[in-house]
Amino acid sequence: MSHLLPWLTILLCIAMLVAAIIAIRGLSSPIAILAAGLVSLLASVLFLILASPDVAMTEAAIGSGLTTFLFFFILGRVRSSENDGGPA
Amino acid sequence: MIKRAVALVLLLMLGGIFATLMLGYTPDSELNLTARYYAERTAADLGAANIVTAIVVTYRGLDTLGEVTVLFLSASIVGLVLASNRRPALRVRTPVGELLTTGARFLVPLILLLGVYVFVNGHLTPGGGFQGGAIIASGVLLLLLADPLRHFSHHVIATVESLAGLFYVAIGLAGLFLAGGFLDNRLWPIGTLGELFSAGAIPLIYSLIGLKVGAEFSSMLASLSETEEL
Repeated sequence: MSHLLPWLTILLCIAMLVAAIIAIRGLSSPIAILAAGLVSLLASVLFLILASPDVAMTEAAIGSGLTTFLFFFILGRVRSSENDGGPA
Repeated sequence: MIKRAVALVLLLMLGGIFATLMLGYTPDSELNLTARYYAERTAADLGAANIVTAIVVTYRGLDTLGEVTVLFLSASIVGLVLASNRRPALRVRTPVGELLTTGARFLVPLILLLGVYVFVNGHLTPGGGFQGGAIIASGVLLLLLADPLRHFSHHVIATVESLAGLFYVAIGLAGLFLAGGFLDNRLWPIGTLGELFSAGAIPLIYSLIGLKVGAEFSSMLASLSETEEL
């Protein structure tokens, strides 16, 4: 298992980069939000591999949980105010 | 064009710095002096199975108090800025969908339970007050997503937040008189390593931090949801 860890780390980093590029160049806002959450989720797995479970937990709770929820909440607010006819 | 070239050059320089850092890195074969002290003495001195928690709550407890204070300040400032444009009480309710409503009803209690579990077990397993507080706040946010017009009592949130902060400082001061110093956890016997009620005051302090952080995040989210303009 231990000889696989460097490769797993590199794979995670590449996946994070891809997700980050999708988040920036994303076609739609929900996909960009999900991709940004994915970056945090992969980062927390990476922290776990690097033997820091406490940091991994913070990243998973705040980065991929709270921030993703918050972005969706704000997106919902912006869309509903657009439906009301212009910014509220 | 020039902007892009400058950005590229800066990016390359940053990459160069990281590359030299990475190439010059050799893993330590043994712990350094401070780390060895923590690794060897934590279990015997403080009775905490999770060394990170022992450092955060006891060895560097004053720093944690500072962090909580910074979070409290930002929460109050968010409340202050957003309080000026509270939205009127009546507003058209937009449907959010059956899946979100039912899912939130099912998941929110479990999320809150997980948050409490994380901060109560902070001295045994990874995680603690900050992580547990953030998990609780994400449960609150899920409630807000499912029902954007839901109103949370600011009075309850403020009371929980203030009492948790007050007791945190009071326990710290009690350590000054009853134990070795400010925020010392050995107010009462530290108990058996690995049990829920062990490590002296650490579970209590971390639970208070968890409640405080959860209340602060929740108050920010609640005032965010109550403003008219974003």
